[in-house]
Amino acid sequence: MSIDPLLLLLKQKARYSHTELAELLALTEAEVVAKIAEFEKQGVILGYQTVIDPELSGNIDVGAFIEVKLTPERDGGFDRLAMRIARFEQVESCYLTSGGYDLMVVVNGTDLRDIASFVSEKLSTINGIISCSTHFRLKTYKQSGFLFEVEEPEGRLPVSP
Amino acid sequence: MNYLSKISEQVAKVPRSGIRDFFELVQGRDDVISLGVGEPDFATPWHIREAAIYSLEKGQTSYTSNLGLLKLRKLISEYVGDFFNVDYNPADEILVSVGVSEAIDLALRALLNPGDEVIYHEPCYVSYSPSIMMAHGVAVPVATKKSDGFALKAEALEKSITPKTKVLMLNFPTNPTGAIAPKKDLEEIAELCIKHDLMVLTDEIYSELIYGEEEHVSIASLPGMKERCVLLHGFSKAFAMTGFRLGYACAPAPVIDAMMKIHQYSMLCAPMMSQVAAIEALQNGAKAVAEMKKAYHQRRNFMVKRLNAMGMECHMPGGAFYVFPDIRKFGMSSKEFAMKLLEETSVAAVPGDAFGESGEGFLRCCYATSMEQIREAMTRMEQFVRNLNSQ
Repeated sequence: MSIDPLLLLLKQKARYSHTELAELLALTEAEVVAKIAEFEKQGVILGYQTVIDPELSGNIDVGAFIEVKLTPERDGGFDRLAMRIARFEQVESCYLTSGGYDLMVVVNGTDLRDIASFVSEKLSTINGIISCSTHFRLKTYKQSGFLFEVEEPEGRLPVSP
Repeated sequence: MNYLSKISEQVAKVPRSGIRDFFELVQGRDDVISLGVGEPDFATPWHIREAAIYSLEKGQTSYTSNLGLLKLRKLISEYVGDFFNVDYNPADEILVSVGVSEAIDLALRALLNPGDEVIYHEPCYVSYSPSIMMAHGVAVPVATKKSDGFALKAEALEKSITPKTKVLMLNFPTNPTGAIAPKKDLEEIAELCIKHDLMVLTDEIYSELIYGEEEHVSIASLPGMKERCVLLHGFSKAFAMTGFRLGYACAPAPVIDAMMKIHQYSMLCAPMMSQVAAIEALQNGAKAVAEMKKAYHQRRNFMVKRLNAMGMECHMPGGAFYVFPDIRKFGMSSKEFAMKLLEETSVAAVPGDAFGESGEGFLRCCYATSMEQIREAMTRMEQFVRNLNSQ
């Protein structure tokens, strides 16, 4: 099954107007509005966010990637603990992964201490957590499909055959 | 020194390019929104660029076989077999060239004797007539009509065939009109080619970029046509690789052999890193091509709708990345219209007569540019047309 082209467009740019989407997809505006409403209702569309360059925006948040090992449970495996971790507001993303650990938890905090206390006081004290390995983010090169260095094709002629 | 007497008469006869004139006008200006380009606005997909970088790092900087790397020719053979339904032997029926432009030149020089006539449909890519002249042939354009969606009709073609006609050149989807050739039309054309024993150069450079329901059909895939066709294709448009300068010709071995004679002495081979990049493109480029095609499709829909709504009538182009609006009702030549548009709105679109006489009265607007730019260009053009109408 291929993804709806409307979703693809919104994934690239959530700020497309209904008029623009209608033009691009050869639909009427009313159809676009109805489709989006339906996607939102079904939970296919979870939300709309802006991708911001932290350095240029003056944001000094600290980020970290935490590899978490868990003891799976008889009913539900990793799900209950994973959801418990994911609900913390410091957690930006939380994935179950294959490999040397079970969860990849992406967290954001105001400074190192903030994240350190989240890990030592919240995360590692949860029953069932075997270990946490925390890696602080040093620099972002690409996020959500956006490169942090704008790439302009150079030297394109204004008129060519 | 009087250089006029030093320059070859054959070259001196070739008129200046209309596009070149217009380019010089546009070049001096900043803040121009250009719908005047003939290439993708996407940079080459990263994995393809990366393959070229890797090849340089590995020191792959030598000549290759005159025909091109065998691995590339094998992949081309597979690709052409799948996409066009024609089978070519990588050993002796495929030649890798420096862009399709070189391949056109090679094919014409390999096939023509002085005075042989070459028929092509017009409006068309700017190089066809000059390339024919420089190969000492006689260029015979057949005008196509807006009412036919700029498709070539067999009746019109047959009227231009004479005993001296040797070659027919086709380019569908067409630069600058975006025309495509329905299979039925191609079958009738193929019949004429067989009846009159013509060779066919089919420039398929835009063939991946078609937006309708029907699949692209190459004339080379029709019964009895492979033996009289030179199929020309390349990486510039679909893979956004114009600067890599890489194309290829597929044809029966004796024709490739004749083309190779010229290629080996004039070009030797296509650049190795471009060939390596092309290998990557054929092996892993399909997804990127599909994504770019989707973007072009959306931009086409948008531009055609806006142009028609503002009163610049245009047919729905089936392929390539050009819209070809009719500007005859404004009582200006294409050149005058394009100049005025440039001066008053800083939007550059190429006057249709740059693509041959039958392009007069039209404008080529390329949608291989960002949606933001297209949107702004359409807003400016709408105002421009409104001003013209109120005068």
